[in-house]
Amino acid sequence: MTMFWTIWISVITLGLIIGCYFLLRWCLGNHTGVAEGESMGHEFDGIEEINNPLPKWWTILFYITIVWGVIYLALYPGLGSWQGLWGWKSSNQNIQSLEESRQARIDAKEQGLIVEYDRELDFAAEKFDPIFEAYAQVPVEELAKDPEALKVGQRLFLQNCSQCHGSDARGQAGGFPNLTDDDWLYGGSGEKIKETLMMGRQAAMPAWLDAMGEQGIDEVVAYVLSLSGRDVDAELAAAGKPRFAACAACHGADGKGNQAMGAPNLTDNIWLYGGSKRAVTETLYYGRNGVMPSFKNTLGEDKIHVVASYVYSLSN
Amino acid sequence: MSEISQAQPDYNYKVVRQFTIMTIVWGIVGMGLGVFIAAQLFAPALNFDIPYLTFSRLRPLHTNAVIFAFGGCALFATSYYIVQRTSQVRLFSDKLAAFTFWGWQAVIVLAIITLPMGLTTSKEYAELEWPIDILIALVWTAYVINFFGTLVIRKVSHIYVANWFLGAFMLTVLVLHIGNSMAIPVAFGKSYSLYAGAVDAMMQWWYGHNAVGFFLTAGFLGMMYYFVPKQAGRPVYSYRLSIVHFWALISLYIWAGPHHLHYTALPDWTQSLGMVMSIILFVPSWGGMINGIMTLSGAWHKLRTDPVLRFLIVSLSFYGMSTFEGPMMAIKTVNALSHYTDWTIGHVHSGALGWVAMVSIGSIYHLIPILFGQRAMYSTSLVNVHFWLATIGVVLYIVAMWMSGVLQGLMWRAVNADGTLTYSFVESLEASKPFYVVRFIGGLFVVAGMLIMAYNTYKTVRAPKGSIAADPATQPA
Repeated sequence: MTMFWTIWISVITLGLIIGCYFLLRWCLGNHTGVAEGESMGHEFDGIEEINNPLPKWWTILFYITIVWGVIYLALYPGLGSWQGLWGWKSSNQNIQSLEESRQARIDAKEQGLIVEYDRELDFAAEKFDPIFEAYAQVPVEELAKDPEALKVGQRLFLQNCSQCHGSDARGQAGGFPNLTDDDWLYGGSGEKIKETLMMGRQAAMPAWLDAMGEQGIDEVVAYVLSLSGRDVDAELAAAGKPRFAACAACHGADGKGNQAMGAPNLTDNIWLYGGSKRAVTETLYYGRNGVMPSFKNTLGEDKIHVVASYVYSLSN
Repeated sequence: MSEISQAQPDYNYKVVRQFTIMTIVWGIVGMGLGVFIAAQLFAPALNFDIPYLTFSRLRPLHTNAVIFAFGGCALFATSYYIVQRTSQVRLFSDKLAAFTFWGWQAVIVLAIITLPMGLTTSKEYAELEWPIDILIALVWTAYVINFFGTLVIRKVSHIYVANWFLGAFMLTVLVLHIGNSMAIPVAFGKSYSLYAGAVDAMMQWWYGHNAVGFFLTAGFLGMMYYFVPKQAGRPVYSYRLSIVHFWALISLYIWAGPHHLHYTALPDWTQSLGMVMSIILFVPSWGGMINGIMTLSGAWHKLRTDPVLRFLIVSLSFYGMSTFEGPMMAIKTVNALSHYTDWTIGHVHSGALGWVAMVSIGSIYHLIPILFGQRAMYSTSLVNVHFWLATIGVVLYIVAMWMSGVLQGLMWRAVNADGTLTYSFVESLEASKPFYVVRFIGGLFVVAGMLIMAYNTYKTVRAPKGSIAADPATQPA
């Protein structure tokens, strides 16, 4: 903020508060030309006004709030770029990235500033981090046998994951996988689950409408559905089989998928975007772009470790 | 009071009558909508899967209907009445008055059509789209010209204190409305705000809080300054107090907006200023309450018999309570608990139902017999029934919301020994459910009272002129 705006804000703010003070002072005296307790002498539609003095307790209250206001504005940031004598701020401001945020935390500490948000983070870290550090020492698969750890993991799951995967972790239609069925897109080992949580996942099923045409996609859909033993038009499916070569690059020649790429198994009748003929056709027409966000920066590795144990426990 | 024996100018009562009747009509519509969406909060199936009936679309219609339709018509009616009577002159322009009436009704009807259709700017209390905003600006400008025009041609030397507040309310609302509604239209029903990000939020709450401060406070204080002394038949307690609290109130209120945005992306300095001004504001706010209640000095006994005066005085008590609660909630540490909870809803309704609605209802009970050539309302005991329904309804409502809000605030911040949150959001929602039912019942009381008012008004208006005898209970001394 430039000096101009700081002066602008300060002059108006303090001017107003001081103005209130002088207004109050002036009205405490009787400048009306009428004795106190008497009518002001004007009359409006039968209504008169009495020249009564201001109530004393009210006047004192007014003084108190004015004095308090000035003290507060001296201590806290309020008057433009004035930072306040106490060095308090709610959070580090004008932060554009995580790196800047980390640096600002260090700088604020060095300058002895009271940054409320940082202080709360420090307080939480001091109190709760040891709990999670201890959990992080135990491998995910083993931690999944610790009922206390699972309770903690479940709470974290309910607050951070249930919005998409549901409070029962069974997922929901439209690309949010069921986490309880031991069918894994990117692998179900403790380490893989943790990797998913840490780094996030970005799936990319391409659109095939331009390449295959509507007839081609009808055929592939018939073939794909036949892989999980569904009733399909045998002729169509047969025509689709050679076309599936294009899909095999990711989903494998047998259609069993590839966890290294997050390509789903197409033979188990578990469907991320719905298994109806229409839903699978839509997947092929327009493609799908599933996104699992990274929680590295929101939860941190130790907490992710506990969440991973909980998720692992759901199907093991 | 010798209203009839005094030689009176030929006042324009037509526009006052029109706005008075519509106040009652829109009051029932707006509060009825409120009760309906209150029911949806514990019985969501009540939206019947019809998009026009979803909470998200009816909630802005409810707020617009009660603030701008009910509150707005009450302000138009009383300000046109007060400015004429206290200036001893007919309105500056009858044509402008008629334009404000029909224009304002058009705005309300357009709101009733467009908001359920989902046409919204998504700015709270300023949801109406740009063509309606332009109409509002035109109507409001006509209102300002007419009001100040009447003051200019007044036949008395001083300007009465009620008119200071009404004038401040009108001018500021014009500035707020135009300032906040600035937008770039892209289609007839769609526009984008001229402001972006934190600036947009700041503009919105500069507007939003002063819709409360000027529309719902200054305007209704103007109403209070006429009808309380008039109904009590007593002089205004302190002229000097009215000077201090008027100037302090209008200059401090305009700063208070940022307290709606504590702990957000708004810069710290704006949050601090909003908080400081909100807290200093507490004292001038109470100035109005003191002046109103102390005006009753020497007439306290009337509260026993006069339900109209009871409406006015209880409204001042709720005003005092809300204007204490508001500054308290503006303190950052209190706000950290109260923000986003039902406590805010409770606070708003102790102001909107307890203060705004009650002072309007009291004023209108005072007005109707005068406007329709009677000496009293058709039934004073029905006014009394309305008073108790309204009071019980408001108390049920705000107590339920306080409890629900504090409970939500505490549940949201509760943590386990491992630092994880103790409750999920859904659990706090479940905890609030019984309070939502109580709030709904409170709302029913309030609407029932409004229906009784409508019946009482109908009987008063339809009775042959002068046929209702004066009721000693409601006569000013």
